[in-house]
Amino acid sequence: MHTPKTIIQKIWEQHVVQQEEGKPDLLYIDLHLVHEVTSPQAFEGLRMNERKVRRPDLTFATMDHNVPTRQRLVINDPISKKQIDTLQQNCQEFGVTLADIHHPDNGIVHVIGPELGLTQPGKTIVCGDSHTSTHGAFGALAFGIGTSEVEHVLATQTLWQAPPKTLNVKVNGKLGTGVTAKDLILAIIGKFGVQFGTGYVMEYTGEAIRSLSMEERMTVCNMSIEAGARAGLITPDETTFEYLRGRRHVPQGAAFEEAVAQWKELATDVGAVYDAVVEIEAAEVEPQVTWGTNPGMCIPITANVPNPDQVDQPSKKDEINRALEYMGLDAGQPISSVKIDHVFIGSCTNSRLSDLRNAAEVVRGRKVNPAVTAIVVPGSCSIKLAAEKEGLDEVFKEAGFEWREAGCSMCLAMNDDIIPPGERCASTSNRNFEGRQGNGARTHLVSPEMAAAAAVAGHFVDVRQFTAQEVF
Amino acid sequence: MEPLRIHQGLVYPLNRSNIDTDQIIPKQFLKRIERSGFGQFLFYHWRFDDDGNPRPDFSLNDPKYKGASVLVAGENFGCGSSREHAPWAVQDFGFKIVIATSFADIFKNNCVKNGILAIQVSEEQVQTIMKMAESEEYTLSVNLEDQVVYDNEGFEVKFDIAPYPKEMLLNGWDEISVTLSYEDKIKQYELAHK
Ligand code: SF4
Repeated sequence: MHTPKTIIQKIWEQHVVQQEEGKPDLLYIDLHLVHEVTSPQAFEGLRMNERKVRRPDLTFATMDHNVPTRQRLVINDPISKKQIDTLQQNCQEFGVTLADIHHPDNGIVHVIGPELGLTQPGKTIVCGDSHTSTHGAFGALAFGIGTSEVEHVLATQTLWQAPPKTLNVKVNGKLGTGVTAKDLILAIIGKFGVQFGTGYVMEYTGEAIRSLSMEERMTVCNMSIEAGARAGLITPDETTFEYLRGRRHVPQGAAFEEAVAQWKELATDVGAVYDAVVEIEAAEVEPQVTWGTNPGMCIPITANVPNPDQVDQPSKKDEINRALEYMGLDAGQPISSVKIDHVFIGSCTNSRLSDLRNAAEVVRGRKVNPAVTAIVVPGSCSIKLAAEKEGLDEVFKEAGFEWREAGCSMCLAMNDDIIPPGERCASTSNRNFEGRQGNGARTHLVSPEMAAAAAVAGHFVDVRQFTAQEVF
Repeated sequence: MEPLRIHQGLVYPLNRSNIDTDQIIPKQFLKRIERSGFGQFLFYHWRFDDDGNPRPDFSLNDPKYKGASVLVAGENFGCGSSREHAPWAVQDFGFKIVIATSFADIFKNNCVKNGILAIQVSEEQVQTIMKMAESEEYTLSVNLEDQVVYDNEGFEVKFDIAPYPKEMLLNGWDEISVTLSYEDKIKQYELAHK
């Protein structure tokens, strides 16, 4: 009899190159995604030591963080330009495939991996970016690494890793109408905190997870890192296989069916034991809005901003006070009373076609509040094209949104898309840290639907009631 | 990488939790393509105002912490982005040791690769160190071999560290060279998984 195993343990064991008592395991990496911000020093390291990229065929690069979204090819910042040019040169010199700024495959690294079928169940996937956890939606073991590790993978196609502890995040029941995958993951982080996943790889299970689409699963896994977990994954099923069928880099025809048969074997065995389990009831999740300066500081749209006077622990009190001050909010004020200046629909969390469709449905026939500047930034060039084919760009533009080129954009404001100091943004991205969207900028994380509704209302509103209203 | 065995240095206390890498080094400084020179941008928006003048109310600008090499902070230090620019900035500024209640996984990993020792101790011990360092010029010593942090007045705390990062730090090893000595194994794996 075999000991029952989790999908995490199965993928791990399939990739161990070398194992020794008292040492981490040497793990083989199946896919290494590279972007312009965390790779220059890694390639430089290779050059200094006269090393090559061991498996250029398992390495794939894109540029996304610095890419302008008004005119893609006009990069005003000379240092951004240098970083983009450096990636171009490095990929050429080391023989790495690159979806550069001119390429139709270009887009945010975590959006194009799945789109191109590079992301597949059972793979080990790394990238010098913490939101690599996104790819876990396909039942891959995918995690972010630092630049030294990027260099290590480039040179050896392996990483030293201590086996992670496993955590089952069980989501029972079904999400209510108007409640999205984004609300679910925010609610999970709000409930269990920003570090409950530290040291773990999470597997999301339960009825609510099984009924999510691939794109929704990506939203959930994307934010695993915001709970402290380097990776979060979901056992692949028919939803996964249907999404992948026919994509460019997956096996085709009979080979695909063979692959599916293998992928099915990955599922966590009945009776497998996790190191920890947390549970949440999907039906209790309401649309969420973050009020503070980390993703765990979130509340339902129906709630009030916390009051530090009602908290006993002095360090928590301080943290709330500092967050309220930075965010320019009053203790106890209803979150729905908070007026916004900007709306950003985009990022690797929520910039896929279904996100844009859902947001477009909310704004169709309505107008963006005159006090609000609203932009939509598709996650990749191909999403942009697909959305335009459906006329989503027109819906947004008629409502008063700007329709931009693909990229990371205002998620981290490394390009020209920056929120000015003191201004407030309803954002579909994943981090509301101080200064994330610009020095002094105030970020509230929400779903695409909630962002769209806020754009029209000029303040946060409950999208469940908002969409029930007639359009005049 | 320089080996790290014994270190003695001035302590700088930063009594905050969940210090994320966006605070450690804001993104506008990630555009450099070199590994060095990031220290000047450490905690940039906390240290400097919008005109680039030092904020007198931020403690790191207090001259009494000049030359500090031991950074002490609250829980979940280094959460957020995977940017290695964060440990580069910490190190380039002059810190060799970071002590906190807990660390984010990627940050902790990145520290080892750069010869920074990240030490996890209890909340109570962090607070003891904080209090000492806030009230006087306070020096701590660290002995990695024995896994102990101590001062001259009898304070002493043992800490845990896994054998592998310990060995890496003690010897200042280049990890890629170590891995390449397993070339045969990697080849075997690749042949078996064609
Ligand atoms: S969209 Fe944001 S979180 Fe995602 S890769 Fe780009 S910068 Fe990182």
